Amino acid sequence: MIRVARLVAVKDLRVEWRSRVILWQVLPFGVMTLLLMGFAEGPETTLSPSVAAGLFYVVVLFVSMLVIARSATIESSPGTANSISMLGLDPAGVFLGKATAVFLEVLLSALILLAGTTLLLHLPLALALHSLPSVVLVVMGLSLAGTLYGALTSGLTGSPTLLPLLVLPTMAPLLIAGERTISAIATHQTWSSWLGLLIVFDVGYTVAGILLYGVVEDS
Amino acid sequence: MSTVVRLDDAVVTAGRFPVLTGLTLTARAGECLVLEGPNGAGKTSALRLIGGLESLARGSGEVCGIDLRRGDRREIRRHCGWLGHEGSFYDDLTVRENLTFAARAGGFDIAGLATSVEAVGLSQRLDVRAALLSAGQRRRLGIAWLVMRRPSIWLLDEPIAALDTSARIFLQGILEDALAKGVCVILSAHDNTMELRAPVSRLTIVGGRIEMGESS
Amino acid sequence: MKKLAAQILGPTALVTTALTVYLGIWVTPQDVVQGNLARMLYIHPAAAWIALYVGFGTAIIASLMYLWPRTRSTAADHVAASAMEVTLVFTILTLITGSLWGRPAWGVWWVWDARLTSTAVLAVLVAGYLALRRAIDDPELRARRSAVLALVAAINVPVVHFAVVWWKTLHQGATILTPGSGILVHGIMAWTMLLSFIAFTLVYAWMVRERYRIAIRQQTRDDRELAHAVSARHSEGGAA
Repeated sequence: MIRVARLVAVKDLRVEWRSRVILWQVLPFGVMTLLLMGFAEGPETTLSPSVAAGLFYVVVLFVSMLVIARSATIESSPGTANSISMLGLDPAGVFLGKATAVFLEVLLSALILLAGTTLLLHLPLALALHSLPSVVLVVMGLSLAGTLYGALTSGLTGSPTLLPLLVLPTMAPLLIAGERTISAIATHQTWSSWLGLLIVFDVGYTVAGILLYGVVEDS
Repeated sequence: MSTVVRLDDAVVTAGRFPVLTGLTLTARAGECLVLEGPNGAGKTSALRLIGGLESLARGSGEVCGIDLRRGDRREIRRHCGWLGHEGSFYDDLTVRENLTFAARAGGFDIAGLATSVEAVGLSQRLDVRAALLSAGQRRRLGIAWLVMRRPSIWLLDEPIAALDTSARIFLQGILEDALAKGVCVILSAHDNTMELRAPVSRLTIVGGRIEMGESS
Repeated sequence: MKKLAAQILGPTALVTTALTVYLGIWVTPQDVVQGNLARMLYIHPAAAWIALYVGFGTAIIASLMYLWPRTRSTAADHVAASAMEVTLVFTILTLITGSLWGRPAWGVWWVWDARLTSTAVLAVLVAGYLALRRAIDDPELRARRSAVLALVAAINVPVVHFAVVWWKTLHQGATILTPGSGILVHGIMAWTMLLSFIAFTLVYAWMVRERYRIAIRQQTRDDRELAHAVSARHSEGGAA
């Protein structure tokens, strides 16, 4: 399983490195969305850290949606899909590998966007640095759940519109937990219960993916 | 020679449209089965069914002793290899990376890579991205992928489309070699231009089932 | 026996519902604080009970039965789909009645109450399930993928609920829908409320059964159409 996961993760990352879709298409989209958030707020007001954190996570959510859709289309051309499925790879390994690649890609984007949030939406830098563990856990949840939902909708006629419909409601807790953690750090409150929730989400989707990815993929 | 593929009155649907409407055929190890017929007759669907990529709506079938209905289709797929005319690999990876991936995925020795690349004549293009290869070279990469994996059933979807004469002769050589080693080759073609020095059966598919067939 | 139960299901559902309406409107008293609005007591809790537990629960169990190799059957898939469809109806009913009930207390139609919000998320999830079903033509693939989605959603819904509950509790106290602030329920009101639960459960069972029967009929029709299409393709082949 681990061997297949590594193989798939390296392959997906290499494909991304060659095509640079995330660098040239997804990240500019994310930065533009951050700018739009600033425009929507208006020039007079300064955002509170809590609102800036919420906007940051909304943008990360949108960016992850694009990365997930991209990850699901790597094998989408019919010939490639056929010959890859004939390799008979262990589905649990494929799930973990794809999720790992998505995780690294979204994490990198999220870090850049976090820097952008401190710059554009005035999120205090110390706060941003303190919240890094929760960012990592949120991105992990997005990647794991997203990879499973990406497989659920792959190869279907309406998949580009169907994926957000399925993914967004399930990711509501990630958004809430991520934003709350940053707000809690800002106001010096405890945030361990939010970290607990994130860990439960991540572990739950890891187990669900390992068990169910094969059922979904076996088409 | 042992029978590796058996389809009996197989019906496969795409949505509500029956693409296969009662296909019956058998294929043996070391034999080449050519599926002929017009566009939309169901040739590709037949190959996909045999490769464990489609589910049976009706009828029955067996591939490598595994039941198409109740058996583990993932196991069937491991026995099969696919070569499509549109490319059956990752366009963003180089020739070497593609083949390394296929070898590692199947647990094969990377040493086989050099031999298979040699066999298809792509040694000079190892570090070229697959997307940049010509149509003939893309086909060769697909063949190298097959040669390296050595599956017991080769499913070739229109393998000679868009190939020039020398490339066709080359493909024939590869197929004859594989057939001699006991591989079962099933290929689709809309015109009859392959002359193989091996046992060949030809079946014509029209409207999703066999119209006529002959063996040589 | 089974046939008899099936036959009286519809009429019993109708009678219990009618009785609930009668008791709820004409017999039970107004509430001191909430007035006539208290009669929501006989609709909203029962609708929520069906949406969150009975309907969604049936769909989850049926999906599990489909994925479990020993109990895999198209019948389980039909039950899951039927239950999910009816669940959507009751989820929307829960949202509407909850919003109506809360409006005088809240002053607005929507507040970020924990239960209301997680019910809304559930509604979107159920809608997503039905949308996924519509997007897949192959019956087996559809059954498999939607069963997986139902199970994942089942794990996800409690997480959403906790997230929203914690999110709110850091801000404000209980609202009308949380225990401890409700109406004093006694005597005939309690009996009517109990009856509403029975009535809604019966109506739910009747709806799922009818929806299941439609699904079976659709399948029979699809099978027949497939047979026609196969023979049509044969004659097309012969002509060519």
